[in-house]
Amino acid sequence: MNGTETHTLVATVADHPGVLTRVASLFRRRGFNIASLAVGHSEEPGYSRMTIAVEGSAEEVKQCEKQLYKLVEVVSVRNLTGAPAVTRELAMIKVRAKATERPGLAEITDIFRGEIVDVSKSSMIVQMTGAQSKIDRFLDVITEYPIEEISRTGVIAIARDDVGPRNGRARG
Amino acid sequence: MSAINGQSSNGSTAAPGTPRTGGEVVCDAMLAAGVDVIFGMPGGASLPFYDSLYHYQDRIRHVLIRHEQAAGFAANGYARATGKVGVATSTSGPGATNMVTCMANDIMDSVGVVYITGQVARPAIGSDAFQEADVTGISIPITKHSYLVMDVDDLPRVMSEAFHLASTGRPGPVHVDIPKDVFLETTTETAPDQVNLRGYRPSKVGNARMVRKAAEVINASERPIIMAGHGIDISGAAEELLLLATRGSIPVVSTLHGVGTFPETHPLSFGMLGMHGLAYANFAMRQTDCIIGLGTRFDDRAVGKEDEFGPGAKVVHIDIDPAEIGKVLETDVPIVGDLKLTLQKLLPLIESRDRTPWLDQMNGWRRDHPSLKIPDSPDSVLPQEVVRAIYDISGGEARVIADVGQNQMWASQHFWYERPRMFFSAGGLGPMGYALPAAMGVKLADESQDVWCVTGDGGLLINIQEFNTLAAEGINVKVAVLNNAHLGMIRQWQEFFYEGRYMGAFLDNPDFAKVAQAFGLHGVGTSSRDEMHDAIAMAHEYDGPVVLDLHVDRVENVYPMIVPGTGVNSVIEDPR
Ligand SMILES: Cc1ncc(C[n+]2csc(CCOP(=O)(O)OP(=O)(O)O)c2C)c(N)n1
Ligand SMILES: [Mg+2]
Repeated sequence: MNGTETHTLVATVADHPGVLTRVASLFRRRGFNIASLAVGHSEEPGYSRMTIAVEGSAEEVKQCEKQLYKLVEVVSVRNLTGAPAVTRELAMIKVRAKATERPGLAEITDIFRGEIVDVSKSSMIVQMTGAQSKIDRFLDVITEYPIEEISRTGVIAIARDDVGPRNGRARG
Repeated sequence: MSAINGQSSNGSTAAPGTPRTGGEVVCDAMLAAGVDVIFGMPGGASLPFYDSLYHYQDRIRHVLIRHEQAAGFAANGYARATGKVGVATSTSGPGATNMVTCMANDIMDSVGVVYITGQVARPAIGSDAFQEADVTGISIPITKHSYLVMDVDDLPRVMSEAFHLASTGRPGPVHVDIPKDVFLETTTETAPDQVNLRGYRPSKVGNARMVRKAAEVINASERPIIMAGHGIDISGAAEELLLLATRGSIPVVSTLHGVGTFPETHPLSFGMLGMHGLAYANFAMRQTDCIIGLGTRFDDRAVGKEDEFGPGAKVVHIDIDPAEIGKVLETDVPIVGDLKLTLQKLLPLIESRDRTPWLDQMNGWRRDHPSLKIPDSPDSVLPQEVVRAIYDISGGEARVIADVGQNQMWASQHFWYERPRMFFSAGGLGPMGYALPAAMGVKLADESQDVWCVTGDGGLLINIQEFNTLAAEGINVKVAVLNNAHLGMIRQWQEFFYEGRYMGAFLDNPDFAKVAQAFGLHGVGTSSRDEMHDAIAMAHEYDGPVVLDLHVDRVENVYPMIVPGTGVNSVIEDPR
């Protein structure tokens, strides 16, 4: 057994009511740990794409893929961990910052290629897009500023072309 | 009534374009699936469906059960005995929740049952209406799939998908929840000619390269063993199994659900393995160099301690469900596919080999650890003797449905099942109360077969209301109650593992023969050996349901037993 790590699974699922419940129920029942889950429309009408970050050993995640694939509404599952893929997350961070503190925060945001999307008297909202690790690092760097609220989308991922559409797909 | 005689290509009895109510759509789908008996109890939300059933009663027999749990178990028995899909139906809320145990049982044992539940009318959904329960929410983790049908135009497609899903691939329960007003509305839609589910494509034949590899591994092995599971029965591969075993001189052990998939009197049969399996079957698993798992999920009750299960053995695993492969055992040759089709590809590659040393060794264990010897018992009838008597008197030709507990193990051990679909039991979930209703389903699946329900006293009490169904419908099931005045399996565990601190193990039973009589059944009670034999012979001859209350030894234990968490080496054998 190798150690626990976070795997990124991308599933194409029929866009039916209840499909999210089924996926969530499966993870809960089998004791798989979801780090994040993001759902949205896919390129095909009637189908959604889910990106699920799962924590577990390689064996556990393999079993998780197979169980996911057993759901009738799941059309395909790909594990993009370690595969050539682009992975992104969006975070919005509301930071308490008085006028004097803003330039410092703006500078760090700039270095991380984030954006300040809102400013009020006492706070600023930073929007940060990128790999999860980059957002984590940004949060580490701004610990001196009091953070009021963080909202993150969870990762979404898309394979680069050289992976091929069927690669890493659980067999049914 | 809009249904007319004659089937269209999609199996519907309605001409295309003829308006049908939702209730009629469900009835037509059952007919198209070849279902001729269903089990259920009506209620407010399902009354419109019952009005359709009224019009179909010449083609579909509805058996009114006395508790919805019995509907699900009876449908399970019907499905397992016929190989078709079983159907159970209830009203919304309490009717549907009463069937939850059955769904969980079907998914564990891979049995195809379609559950039709009524739901409150669409405008009331979500309002906590009378008898509303979110039953599709409840059934998600215990069904293969489920539907809440909000538009009658979807119903023809949903029903054909439901029967397709329940019966193909790894079979399982499918739940269709239908609001009262959807049963009443009409549609001109018909089911598509072919079910088309993009996310559901069960495999057929296993991968050819893997099949060749399996043959190489099997041919090279000195001490192979076949572990025959429920999949043999489901895919109808008993013939191929027999060929595989005889061609390669490969001994066969079975799981609880594999019992009968290989003829148990065959010299290559070494019985059931596992916690209460035969000692020699389990010894073989320790020594084998090649485990050939066929249609089995390597359940913990069968495998025991994983590292003592075929240590160092190569594992060849063929199963239709990819998620079962590698789940428990590390697998050398994984093959996903239908067993019958895959074995047909494998068979020509299997070399006929002499494996006398291995078979001698196995027969040596069989001789030294007989496991099935029934000890002398001058003062009481042993429950094992009852099972033997049923075996002898029925000539081994009865279909036996066991309940859960000690009775289940004795019924599996002391009867030699020669064919698949002769022994039925709820193995995965183990719900007491299974046997009586399941036996009704097995009997109605084929009334020409003798059907014996072998149950404990505790398990009988869980669904004893079905005596009423037996009487009312004249279902010719013979019930043998192994009455040990205990929750016997509980008592045995408390004796073995809790130093005899018996808590909640004693049963203060009614007179079951009198109870049966009060229900209008033929009931006989006895504690004598001779009368027990006579009663079984009488029941065998009697044309109608019979209940035998057989007072057996109260403290008999099931042997052999492998204590959970230990291996075959510490098997407890009968000390007598
Ligand atoms: C519904 C349900 N409740 C509880 C159990 C736990 N249980 C397993 S075996 C058993 C005792 C069964 O007693 P009985 O039906 O008399 O059969 P015996 O073991 O005596 O043959 C119990 C309580 C169960 N399997 N199912
Ligand atoms: Mg008992």
